[in-house]
Amino acid sequence: MHVFTDPDNFDAYVSGFLWILKLTGASAVCALVIGVLLAAMRVSPVPVLRGFGAAWVNVFRNTPLTLVIFFCYFGLFATLGLSLSQDLDLNIYWLGVIGLSVYTAAFVCEAVRSGINTVPTGQAEAARAIGLSFAQTLRIVVLPQAARSVIAPLGSILIALCKNATIVGTIGLLESSNIMKDLINSNGDAVIPIFLVFAGTFAALLIPTGYFFGWLANRLAVKR
Amino acid sequence: MATGEPLIVLDSVNKWFGPLHVLDDVSLSVGRGEVVVVIGPSGSGKSTLCRTINRLEPINSGTITFDGQALPAEGKALAKLRSEVGMVFQSFNLFAHKTILENVTLGPIKVRKEKPASARERGLALLDRVGIANQADKYPAQLSGGQQQRAAIARALAMQPKAMLFDEPTSALDPEMVGEVLDVMTSLARDGMTMVVVTHEMGFARHAANRVIFMADGKLVEDAAPTEFFANPRSERAKDFLSKILTH
Repeated sequence: MHVFTDPDNFDAYVSGFLWILKLTGASAVCALVIGVLLAAMRVSPVPVLRGFGAAWVNVFRNTPLTLVIFFCYFGLFATLGLSLSQDLDLNIYWLGVIGLSVYTAAFVCEAVRSGINTVPTGQAEAARAIGLSFAQTLRIVVLPQAARSVIAPLGSILIALCKNATIVGTIGLLESSNIMKDLINSNGDAVIPIFLVFAGTFAALLIPTGYFFGWLANRLAVKR
Repeated sequence: MATGEPLIVLDSVNKWFGPLHVLDDVSLSVGRGEVVVVIGPSGSGKSTLCRTINRLEPINSGTITFDGQALPAEGKALAKLRSEVGMVFQSFNLFAHKTILENVTLGPIKVRKEKPASARERGLALLDRVGIANQADKYPAQLSGGQQQRAAIARALAMQPKAMLFDEPTSALDPEMVGEVLDVMTSLARDGMTMVVVTHEMGFARHAANRVIFMADGKLVEDAAPTEFFANPRSERAKDFLSKILTH
């Protein structure tokens, strides 16, 4: 393990994973907010909103994430001049967050929508019957019950998002997979150990995440 | 007893589910304080009729007037109207993630902007009235069907509605729980609540209704006082229906 005892290498390893965690954290929040709004649109009585939600899902769910991230850099930044920070790394970071968020939001939307479909229609009817508006019905009655059945799928989406964050490396952010590539390039004698350390770190982060979401889903399971 | 101008008026209401004509030119008026029981074979459109009154089912033609106003289209005005019409469903539809008391206070707090403390107080009084005050902090799944349905009635009453719609309120209940729900409904009727009740409980129709409506194939076939209807049904369809259910 001589590779990681070198302080420079170790710092690079840590900073690579810190980028991954920051990308995951910011994108998860944005994707959750956008995804829930998209799901609300898709079940709303307004045809224009339903169409918008469906279009978003169809476009981003069926486009490779690499293309989305490339578009954020070459399209939004290089061509359209959208600059989100003076700092080069931070600019790429935020472009990456945009790409990851719009892409992941499509999956969040579908998970939430299928969760909404698990809530019996009588629940929404009863809510409307006492005079709640569409938004109140969704927020107070339907989504809290849907949330419990979307927690497990959202866990899987979060795990996928964390791994997908490495794709931001393709537009130049020194996240973990780029760091790994650099370490392998300069330490050809330790390819397997380097690989195992990076894979193991992802596993160490994500396996507990999976169990946590499974536990949470069980804990909140709604009784009928 | 019926007094004054009618509260609910349906005029030439038509509704189709695809090719199926579920409401065929139905006209009906329900006076204030009147209890109208709707009976008829399955698929006759009686539940649909009940659900059109608060526009859970939109209609294709005709007009529905509630308290002098035509039913508004989807939006704020419709939500306001719905808050004035209590509805009790066959499958109770209590909010599964809320306690019984929260079920009852949700409407007053979120729709009427009532203070939680006073909504709570009124809610407990209503639960007491339907005989389940001791279940206030339980979740719906922890209650029997009869208790859930009584909670659902309390939830509707909490909005202080001008009328109550009952869509087969006892059809999903075990036989020994039917009575406790009908008792609550009978006492509501006695207190002068305007009620439209879709049911198969002929006993309730006999002793609590002011009028019995008989529906078949989407049409309103008979509209009569209960004693008259049960003793002398005019139409063949009603005679046939009654002979099938009353011989057992």
